[in-house]
Amino acid sequence: MKTLGNYLLFLSSQFIRSESIKILSRRFIDEAVLIGISSVSIVAIVSTFIGAVTCVQIAYNLTNALIPRSTIGFMVREMTILELAPTITSIVLAGKVGSNIAGGLGTMRITEQIDALEVMGINSTSYLVFPKILAAIAMFPLLVILAMTLSILGGYVAGTFTNALTPQEYIEGLRDAFIPYNITFALIKSVVFAFLISSISSYQGFYTRGGALEVGEASTKAVTNSIIAILLADYVCAQVLL
Amino acid sequence: MIEIHNIHKSFNGVQVLKGIDGVFETGKTTLLLGASGTGKSVLLQCIVGLVKPDLGSITYDGKVFTNNRLDLKQEIRRKIGMLFQGSALFDSMNVQENVEFPLKMLTPDMTKEERLDRVEFCLKRVGLEAAHKKMPSELSGGMKKRVGIARAIAPNCTYLFCDEPNSGLDPLTSIKIDELIYEITKEYNITTIIVTHDMNSVIEIGDHIMFLHNGLKLWEGTKDNIMDTNVKELNDFIFANSLMRAAKRIEEEGGDIDKL
Ligand SMILES: Nc1ncnc2c1ncn2[C@@H]1O[C@H](COP(=O)(O)OP(=O)(O)O)[C@@H](O)[C@H]1O
Ligand SMILES: [Mg+2]
Repeated sequence: MKTLGNYLLFLSSQFIRSESIKILSRRFIDEAVLIGISSVSIVAIVSTFIGAVTCVQIAYNLTNALIPRSTIGFMVREMTILELAPTITSIVLAGKVGSNIAGGLGTMRITEQIDALEVMGINSTSYLVFPKILAAIAMFPLLVILAMTLSILGGYVAGTFTNALTPQEYIEGLRDAFIPYNITFALIKSVVFAFLISSISSYQGFYTRGGALEVGEASTKAVTNSIIAILLADYVCAQVLL
Repeated sequence: MIEIHNIHKSFNGVQVLKGIDGVFETGKTTLLLGASGTGKSVLLQCIVGLVKPDLGSITYDGKVFTNNRLDLKQEIRRKIGMLFQGSALFDSMNVQENVEFPLKMLTPDMTKEERLDRVEFCLKRVGLEAAHKKMPSELSGGMKKRVGIARAIAPNCTYLFCDEPNSGLDPLTSIKIDELIYEITKEYNITTIIVTHDMNSVIEIGDHIMFLHNGLKLWEGTKDNIMDTNVKELNDFIFANSLMRAAKRIEEEGGDIDKL
């Protein structure tokens, strides 16, 4: 409970005296490049394979001759958009971005770089943390869209390659009973997850005390806490938004 | 001139500072001397505003720093330069960007050329002409301290704080860094406070010395009368330090410490 209070105080401290828009926007771009571009490859690899595996496993389970093969494409699409792309991508990013944020801020804390900012009269949360959270919120939806696309593509390649279904059947399945709101839902989730990962990891890193060992601990905590928060939020989002 | 009055600070119920008064004069170096763990860094952090004292007041040239007016605090902060124990250079920036950083943040009306001129001047002043594009990880300890000093003085600071400027440096580099801080203090008439446990610094650059022990100021004076003190803790401190030094010297020269 006390931790939650400190976390909220930490978040509000970003707005007490913030830096100029010009400086913050430059920081935002730096962070967006760091969070976005550097995560593309891992997101691409993970989502392509998850799409492929999902497709193959559904095909394996779908032995009833009465169910059309296009259902495989339909199910890959539904699972990818609703759950796999936003949630798995976010869990992967919790590992990558979360540990990066916590490690970076933790190192800045123990090497007194954050103190150096404060002594100069700079609000360190506004300067360091706010652009990170904003960048994560901007980049996560893009990464999730990428994950959706590649995942469905991965399913296509795996499905046709293993002769589980024909390309026409897969595409027919993809088009079947498509609900555009599901994509909106996934993007809303990705924004929520982005906020949780970036703010929880920043909090863990920012209040690191001690030495290199504690920086490692802060990174680990950032990742585990972020993943728990993602799963809880995933459940809440499904309850509230569907 | 900085004045502190009755500074108290506890962490988790443990009293670290137990009521410290002091005056730090303009154009002089004041040394906060004491063994490790006596609260020197905490006192320095209170004075620069990184730590909020539980009790007591701090004034910078008559302006109260410990009240809650944010604009006043900011105004004073802009005149503060600080050299950290590990230099605290921003490791994502090269040397030039590190020194330029406070100018960028604090003086937005300066043009890029003016800033770079100032960076050039400060780096030259600390004796670093050929390291502009180096990253902090490529610098030696002494060079890092020099960059740290350049970054501290870049925005024309009025007050300079140094936490253990000699930590991690070899004796010769230590003396050079000490001298640099001292010269800069005199050159720009800065109020300088240096935290140290090094008796060499006391002898070399201590205009005024305050001896801290267990969160209290037990003695203050100049380097000329520090040897005549009858404060037991300070005597022990000086003795222990010189003894360690003598022992090290004997060992280095291949002698036998047990004969000491
Ligand atoms: N942020 C903090 N939280 C808790 N204890 C602290 C903190 N900062 C310093 N201390 C404690 O205060 C005491 C004095 O520390 P310090 O001022 O760093 O000593 P030194 O004189 O060596 O610089 C130490 O016992 C240290 O553990
Ligand atoms: Mg210290």
